[in-house]
Amino acid sequence: MSLCHFYPSLVIKFFRVCVCVCVELKMAASSERSPPPFPDSEEPELLEDSDEGADAFTGTSISEMDSPSPDSTRPPKDIFNEPPEDIFSDPLSNINSEPQKKVDAKIPSPSSDEAVDLFSDPLDDDSEVMSSPEVQNPMPDLLNEPVEAPKSDVLGEPPVHRDAARQQDVFEDPPKSSSKSSSVKKAASSEMFGDDDDDEDLFKEPPKVVTKKPQPSGPPVDVFTEVKSDVKVKPQVKDDPTDLFAEEALTAPAPKPSAGSSSSRTNGVHSEEQDLFSEATVELSLDSPRNDRKNKDAVKPSVSAPAAPVASSSSKAPSKTLKELEEEESEDKFDLNISITNPEKVGDGMNAYMAYKVSTQTSLTMFRSKTFTVRRRFSDFLGLFEKLSEKHSQNGYLIPPPPEKSILGMTKVKVGKEDPSSAEFVERRRAALERYLQRVVSHPSLLQDPDVREFLEKEELPRAVSTQALSGAGFLKMLNKATDAVSKMTIKMNEQDVWFDEKIQDVENEEQHLRKLHVMVESLVNHRKELSGNTAVFAKSVAMLGSSEDNTALSRALSQLAEVEDRIEQLHQEQASNDFFTFSELLADYIRLLGAVRGCFDQRMKAWQRWQDAENMLQKKREAEAKLLWANKPDKLQQAKDEITEWEAKVTQYEREFERISATVRKEVIRFDKEKARDFNRQVIKYLESLLHSQQQLIKYWDAFLPEAKAIV
Amino acid sequence: MTSISEDSDKEKVRSVSVDLNNDASLVIDIPDALCERDKVKFTVHTKTTLSSFQKPEFSVPRQHEEFIWLHDTIVETEEYAGLIIPPAPPKPDFEGPREKMHKLGEGESSMTKEEYAKMKQELEAEYLAVFKKTVQVHEVFLQRFSSHPIFRKDRNFQIFLEYDQDLSVRRKNAKEMFGGFFKNMVKSADEVLISGVKEVDEFFEQEKTFLLDYSSKIKDATAKAEKMTRSHKNVADDYNHISGALNSTAADNNTAFKKTISVCVLQKLEDRVASDQELKLTELLRYYTRDIQAAKDLLYRRARALADNENSNKALDKARLKGKDIAQAEENQKQCLQKFDKLSESGKKELTSFKARRVVAFRKNLIEMTELEIKHAKVRRLKSNNTLYGSKLSIFLLCQKSLGY
Repeated sequence: MSLCHFYPSLVIKFFRVCVCVCVELKMAASSERSPPPFPDSEEPELLEDSDEGADAFTGTSISEMDSPSPDSTRPPKDIFNEPPEDIFSDPLSNINSEPQKKVDAKIPSPSSDEAVDLFSDPLDDDSEVMSSPEVQNPMPDLLNEPVEAPKSDVLGEPPVHRDAARQQDVFEDPPKSSSKSSSVKKAASSEMFGDDDDDEDLFKEPPKVVTKKPQPSGPPVDVFTEVKSDVKVKPQVKDDPTDLFAEEALTAPAPKPSAGSSSSRTNGVHSEEQDLFSEATVELSLDSPRNDRKNKDAVKPSVSAPAAPVASSSSKAPSKTLKELEEEESEDKFDLNISITNPEKVGDGMNAYMAYKVSTQTSLTMFRSKTFTVRRRFSDFLGLFEKLSEKHSQNGYLIPPPPEKSILGMTKVKVGKEDPSSAEFVERRRAALERYLQRVVSHPSLLQDPDVREFLEKEELPRAVSTQALSGAGFLKMLNKATDAVSKMTIKMNEQDVWFDEKIQDVENEEQHLRKLHVMVESLVNHRKELSGNTAVFAKSVAMLGSSEDNTALSRALSQLAEVEDRIEQLHQEQASNDFFTFSELLADYIRLLGAVRGCFDQRMKAWQRWQDAENMLQKKREAEAKLLWANKPDKLQQAKDEITEWEAKVTQYEREFERISATVRKEVIRFDKEKARDFNRQVIKYLESLLHSQQQLIKYWDAFLPEAKAIV
Repeated sequence: MTSISEDSDKEKVRSVSVDLNNDASLVIDIPDALCERDKVKFTVHTKTTLSSFQKPEFSVPRQHEEFIWLHDTIVETEEYAGLIIPPAPPKPDFEGPREKMHKLGEGESSMTKEEYAKMKQELEAEYLAVFKKTVQVHEVFLQRFSSHPIFRKDRNFQIFLEYDQDLSVRRKNAKEMFGGFFKNMVKSADEVLISGVKEVDEFFEQEKTFLLDYSSKIKDATAKAEKMTRSHKNVADDYNHISGALNSTAADNNTAFKKTISVCVLQKLEDRVASDQELKLTELLRYYTRDIQAAKDLLYRRARALADNENSNKALDKARLKGKDIAQAEENQKQCLQKFDKLSESGKKELTSFKARRVVAFRKNLIEMTELEIKHAKVRRLKSNNTLYGSKLSIFLLCQKSLGY
C-alpha cells in the first residue's frame, strides 16, 4: 500500500481502476515518505494490496501483527480468488446487454478532464521518481487492448476485455513478485508496519486535528470498497483513460464551456469536473436502471478524486480535501424544482383519496423534458419511501421519511364537506409531501435512483399496495422496534470510533430536545389560535359596548377599538399558521429525520454485528483447525483450512461492509447536519420575518387608533 | 411573606381608572403593603391641610377587611343614598401565584436549575403584578372618597384614615353573611317589584335603560377581555417555555442552533404586553363594571324612594278618605317627597359627573394602552429585526467558513 514508488504501469492502472480512490491519501503518504527504499518488485504486490482495499489498512494488518509470515500470502490469494470471479461473471452479462455506444459517446468528455488532471498533477510532483515516459508507458497498452479485441463491436466489448487484460496483468505480475515479495515482505515487514501506522494516522489523526473529522477517512474507505465489491464499475471508469488517449487529448478542453456556469467557485476546474462527471453518469443512467445504481456509486468517489491531485501537492492533504468536500456539499444543489400543488379529491366515500399534482422543473439531462407533471396519491409517496429504504437503507443511506399516515385526518377529508379543519389537514399534508420530495431529490444519491425518477416522470405508477398496513409512523415504529430489539439482544457494541459515539449521543439528545420543543410550539400554536378566537369575541363585545355608549366620541373610539381588535385577531391567526408551518412542521420533520438517522446508526450496528459474528466464527474454525493439527488428522485439516479461508473471506467482506456503511453513515450524517443547519436557518429567518411583519402591522393598527382615542372629549 | 415597596414604582404611570381632582387638601396614597399569608396589610398614608385632622401627615396600617367596613358603613348611611358610593375593592386574590408556587415547589426536583430559576422569576413577576393591582384598587377606593366633596367630610372615613390602632372590625360571621345574602335577595325582588312603578323623570328613565344595557355589555366585554388576556398570557408562557427549550437545545448543540437562542429574547416582551393589557384595559372595564353597579344601586335607592313616595301618597289619600291620621300621613308623605326630591337631585348630579368621569377615564386608559401597545410592538420589532440580522449574519459567517475563509 505504500505508494512511495510509482511503478508505472501499475500506477496507471491504479489511476484507471480507481479514478476515485482517495488519491489524496496516497499522495499524502507518498509525499511524506518520498524516497522509495524498496526494490521495484515489492511495489506491485503492495500496490495490489492497496488496490485490494481496506484489509491492507486495518483487517489484515491486525492479523499480520500476530503472525506476519503465514498471512502475508493471504492478500494475494484474495486477489486471485475473489475479484476475478466477480469481474467475469457480473460485468459481462451486465455490460454486454446494454447499449454501450451512448456511454462511450458521453463519457469521454468529463473523464478526459479528469484524466488529464490525474496525469498532469502527479507529473508536476516531480519529487517522485515518476517521469513522463514512464507514464506513457502504459498508454500503448491501454490503446492496444481494445484494438486487439477480436470482436467487431469495439465499443461494446472493450470494457470486458480490458478487464480480462487487467486480470491477466494481475495474474502475471503479482505472481512473479509474490515469490519474491514474501521474502521481501518479511524483510520489509517492520517497515510495512511502520507504513501501516502512518496510514492509520492519516486516517485517524486528521479527524482529530481538523474540525470536520469524517471526511478524510470517509470517501477513501468508500472508494475502496466500492471498487472492490462492484467491479462492474470498473469497465465504465476504465473507458476514460482509453478514450482520452485515443481521441480526447485534443478535444479535452471542449466540454468545459458547457459547465462554465459554475465557474464562480474557487477552483473551478475541479468542481466543474464534478458536474461533468455527474452529468455523464446521469446520461448513462438513462440506459439501464440497473447500472445506474452502480454508476451513482461511482460518481461519489470520482467526485472526491479531482480534489485529490491538488491536495496531494501539499502536505495538508486532509484539510484541503476537507474544504473541497465541504464546498462540494454546499454546492450540491441540483437544478431541480419540485412543487406539489392542487390537492384534489378523487372518488367518493371511503375509497376517495387525495391526488396531488407533482410538478418538476429541471435542467438535468437525466430527465426527458424540462418540465413535467404527474398526479400522485399519498400512498404513492409512501411506496416510494419503501422502495428507497428497501434498496438503500442497508447501505447506511439516510432516507427522508415521508409524513405520517393519518387515518383520522383522511377520514375527515373523505367524509367531510369543506370544513376548515380538513382543508388545513390537506394543506399541511401537501406541504409535508413537498418537503419530503424535495429532501429526497436533494440527496445526490437518491436522486439517481430509478424509482425516484419514475416517480417524478412516469404517468402511471403501479399502485403501492403494501403501504396500507405499514406506512409512515407505523412503519417507522415497527422498524425502530425491530432494530431496537435486535440491538438490545446483541451485546453492546464497543464503539471504537469516538465520532460515532458522540454523534449517537448527540442525535438522541437532540431528538429529545426537539420533541420537547415541538410540544411547546404546538401548545403555542393552540394558544395563539385561542387568543385569536378570544380577540375576535372581545372585538364583537367591544363593538356592542360602543353601540350602547352614549358619548359619541367614546362610542366611535370603541367601535374603532373593535375594528383594531378584529384586525389583530387576523394577525394572530396568521401568526398561528406561521408558527405552525414554519416552526412546528419543521420540528416535526426533523424529529422524523432524526429517527431515520438513528435507523442509519442501527444499520451500521447491524453490519458491525455481522462482522463480529463472522470474526467469532473464524476464531472457532481456527481453534478447530488447531485441534485437528494437534490430533494430527490431515484429511480433515484441508477441509478446516478451506473453511478458514472461507470465513476469512467473509470476515474481510463483512468488515469492508462495515467500513463502507460507517463511511456512508458518517457522510450522510454530516450531510444531514448541514442540511439541518441550513433548513433551520432558513426557517428561523422566515419565522422572524413573519414575526417582524406582524409587529409592524400591529404598530400600524395601534398608531391609527391613537388619534381616535385622543379625540374622545 | 413578601414586602414590596411601591416607592420605586411611584413614578410609573398609575393605572388610575378614575379621574380624580387632585386638590392638595387631602392626599391619600398607599406607599407600602405587607403580605402575610392571606392577609394584606396596607400602609395608608395621608397628607392633609384640613383642620378636621389632628396632624397634617400620618399613616396607619389597614387591612382589606377595614376597607370593606368603611364601604359598608357608608352604604348604610342614610344621607348618602343619593350619591354613587365608590365600589368596594375586591378581595386580594393571590390564589393563582400561590398555586403556581406550590407547583414549582413540587416540580423542583424534576427541573433543571435554569428552568427552576426561570420559573421562579416568572412567578415573582406575576406575584408582583397581582400585588400591585391589589394595592392600586385599594388606593383608588380611598382616593374616590377623598376627592368627593361630601364623603371626605365623613366621620368614619376620617377615623379610618387617622386612628392608628386596629379598628377591630371582624370578618363577617356566618349570620351576617347570610343576612347580606338575604338582603341582596330582597333587593333584587324589590327591584322587580318597583320596576312597575312609573318613572316620573325622563332623565332617570333614560339613565336607567342606558345603565342596564351598558352594564350587561360592559360585563360581557370584561369577561371577554379577561379571557383574551388570559390566552395572551398563555402565549407568553409558551414563548417562555420555548425559549427555555431552545436554550437547552442550543446548549447541547454547538453549531446549528446557536442563533435561534436570540428568538427567545422576544418572548419576555409578550409577557409584558399581556400584563399591561390586563392592567389597562381589563382593569378599566372591571372597575367600571363595579362602578356601574354602584350607579345602579343609586338608581335603585332612588327608585325605592320613589316607590316610598308613591306609597306615602297613597297612604295620605287613604287617610284623607278615612278622615283620620291625616296629619301623620301628610307628614309622612312630605318626608318621602322631600327625600325623593333630594335623592333625584343629587342622583342627577352624580350620574352626570359619573358619565363625564367615565369618558375621561376611558380616554386616558385607551390612550395609555395604545401607547403601550405601540411601544411594545416597536420594541419587539426592533428585537426581531436584530435577531433577524443576527441570524443572517451567522449564516453569512457559516457560508464564509464553509468556503474556507
